[in-house]
Amino acid sequence: MDNVQIEPAARKARRLPADLGILMVLVGVALVFEIMGWIFQGQSFLMNPQRLTIMILQVSVVGIIAIGVTQVIITGGIDLSSGSVVAMTAMVAMSFAQAAGYDRAVYPSLTGLPVLVPLAIGLGLGLLAGIVNGQLIARTGIPPFIATLGMMVTARGFAKWYTKGQPISFPTDGFAAIGNGALPVFIFLGVAVIFHILLKYTRYGKFTYAIGANAQAARVSGINVQRHLVKVYALAGLLSGLAGVVTAARAETAQAGMGMMYELDAIAAAVIGGTSLSGGRGKIFGTVIGTLILGLMMSGFTFLRVDAYYQEIVKGVIIVAAVVADTYRQKGRGKAGI
Amino acid sequence: MISERTQAAIDRFKSKADGPLLEIEGIRKEFPGVVALDDVRLSLRRGTVHALMGENGAGKSTLMKIIAGIYTPERGTIRLRGDEVTLSGPLDALERGIAMIHQELALMPYMTVAENIWIRREPLNRLGLVDHAAMARRTRDLFARLNIAIDPLTEVRFLTVAQRQMVEIAKAVSYDSDVLIMDEPTSALTETEVAHLFAIIRDLKSRGIGIVYITHKMNELFEIADEFSVFRDGRYVGTHASNEVTRDDIIRMMVGRDITDMFPKEPADISDTILSVDGLSLDGVFHDISFDLRKGEILGLAGLVGSGRSNVAEALFGVTPATSGRIRIDGQAVRIASPADAMKHGMAFLTEDRKETGCFLPLSILENMQLAMLQDQNVRLGFVEQRAVNRQCAEMRETLRVKTPSMDERIENLSGGNQQKVLIARWLLTRPRILILDEPTRGIDVGAKAEIHRLISRLAGQGVAVIMISSELPEVLGMSDRIMVMHEGHMTGILDRAEADQVKIMELAAR
Repeated sequence: MDNVQIEPAARKARRLPADLGILMVLVGVALVFEIMGWIFQGQSFLMNPQRLTIMILQVSVVGIIAIGVTQVIITGGIDLSSGSVVAMTAMVAMSFAQAAGYDRAVYPSLTGLPVLVPLAIGLGLGLLAGIVNGQLIARTGIPPFIATLGMMVTARGFAKWYTKGQPISFPTDGFAAIGNGALPVFIFLGVAVIFHILLKYTRYGKFTYAIGANAQAARVSGINVQRHLVKVYALAGLLSGLAGVVTAARAETAQAGMGMMYELDAIAAAVIGGTSLSGGRGKIFGTVIGTLILGLMMSGFTFLRVDAYYQEIVKGVIIVAAVVADTYRQKGRGKAGI
Repeated sequence: MISERTQAAIDRFKSKADGPLLEIEGIRKEFPGVVALDDVRLSLRRGTVHALMGENGAGKSTLMKIIAGIYTPERGTIRLRGDEVTLSGPLDALERGIAMIHQELALMPYMTVAENIWIRREPLNRLGLVDHAAMARRTRDLFARLNIAIDPLTEVRFLTVAQRQMVEIAKAVSYDSDVLIMDEPTSALTETEVAHLFAIIRDLKSRGIGIVYITHKMNELFEIADEFSVFRDGRYVGTHASNEVTRDDIIRMMVGRDITDMFPKEPADISDTILSVDGLSLDGVFHDISFDLRKGEILGLAGLVGSGRSNVAEALFGVTPATSGRIRIDGQAVRIASPADAMKHGMAFLTEDRKETGCFLPLSILENMQLAMLQDQNVRLGFVEQRAVNRQCAEMRETLRVKTPSMDERIENLSGGNQQKVLIARWLLTRPRILILDEPTRGIDVGAKAEIHRLISRLAGQGVAVIMISSELPEVLGMSDRIMVMHEGHMTGILDRAEADQVKIMELAAR
């Protein structure tokens, strides 16, 4: 495009910052449910702290994954394995977190271990899954979609094989405490803050955006693209592992079916929050808001007693609508998205 | 006996036939915050080539896109064959006989030449399925008329850039277009290919087709264009016949001032050898390249497109490491297996293709500028020292005179010349000792070009060793202390500044 005369006045009035835009969508969704609440239920939707706490608790795990997925999408990739890795890490972590003396434990001789052991194992296993994803993508050059699809099926299979389909229960109090009360919410927000800083202020972040914006140019600028991608997928795996531990701790049990479709919710949260699937654009802040929008919708529909089946239909429509809206917003936008 | 009405119709037809093929007036186009064109006019006559000239950012591309129906102007009229028209989109323009040959070629690589040309208009057989034989036959007829020798059944991805361009032209002709828009069609062509293209253009002219032709190359203007219009800062400056002006006149019109010295290489102190290349080869691409490069020296690298010039640069910088040979820096043998290695030794590499390997289009100017300098400095414990980085980038923006309202502007909104300055800034911020520039002024307007030349010259004066690849001989001759010429992957000679001239270089380059 040929740009010439810059007219500052026209520029100023042009549009709202992207951050504010997505925040307003969140407020808008909340207000719609508030109004519907008074009309159909005769009560307030928002003025119920308990409901809001439960809402955020429900989406915390998806939120943790979504943060990892966001940085993967910024590199122009995708991670379909996160939901399955949640199940796998939940199972394995729980098997090392069973209370002392529980005779039907997976490892009867390894019960009553300090909480650090299952935590480290869960995180480590997630990290490992992420490294495998990253290495596959970096070394063989296969598309991230395929590599992580493979991991998605494999990890789910592993979770089922691990106890031949049996759930694992009776964690130590220490392990269960990870999922107690509002702690998962704080873990989610803590992770969000760390990754916000990581993406915005560190070389790691700059390189992540650069690779997504133009991998060739990134390479010529001296970035070891392969090595960096392994790091990005490894961190995404680590967060899936953390999500697995939190899920198991909160449920005080682990099942191979946990985290089903979480990868899609996570991708949806990132995309609703303005992360571009073509790479180079996206923010953790947007993803957090995107996660809350998803949570608000689920909670709101339940509150309005809308059938669960309708909820999914509407969710699908909203995800697509969000991307369409973003595509229009991107057109004719001047400032960079990060 | 001819009735009055019939006579009037005939007159109208005649005036249409004699009048301009395409006439536009009072065009205004705005983008958010920017007026790209204001009160612009253009008149294209049948059977002529009308060149659009102007610096990058002058509005040529915008005007062209308006003619092709890609943009809708806010104001102004477009008259096609005498009738006022509103173009609803590129397809509408195409169906009215206006075709554009894109700068970024828009063909589908995995489909055959014939399929590309007849897409949407495939001949069908009785069963309603695509009749491939008929399609190939039609393509052959078309190519025969235009003197193009390409097999219609080849997949487009196997064609050279020049061949793809021929296909695009044939496609345009197949729509019976009589307005053809060409955006820098020769920028990636070799001399022979340019000659072929010009032959085709002359043939199209003789058929009464009018061609809007965008170019930055002055000699093309005199060779192929009948008329030209100059634009500056989104405004129309004037239209002239190309045989009644000189090169300097045009430059004055384009920049609104005189540029006396296009290639201001100043004498610099050329001291110790910093880079020494010995027998460098990349199997099947280039062979046995040897040369020395000294501090403060500008080594021009000339040769036709495809001679291996860029490949040598990519090998030196580790993008595609050489398969054999030795590279020494400051007398020490070094191994360069990746761009990161090269950067550790103080090298920088401005690539040929701004879009493919240069710009991070979705990112801001600042992000684009700072990236290479973060490689081994300006970072503490992983954190970017943003304040220091911002200061250095702002200084560099001043020095290179990047025209932008803000460092947060996306680089894709800048003109080609300004994008190039940002990329040069990216490399200068790494404080290189050896600077490799591949076509540093390609597709850049005259003003920015002179600025970049002055900058390169100044860097050499500060002791930076420069390797400059360029397809423009005047640029190579004007800037270089020595000129290395390549032909089909081999080094055919190194000329000193004093002995070099266009003829000698072409002799070595074309053999």
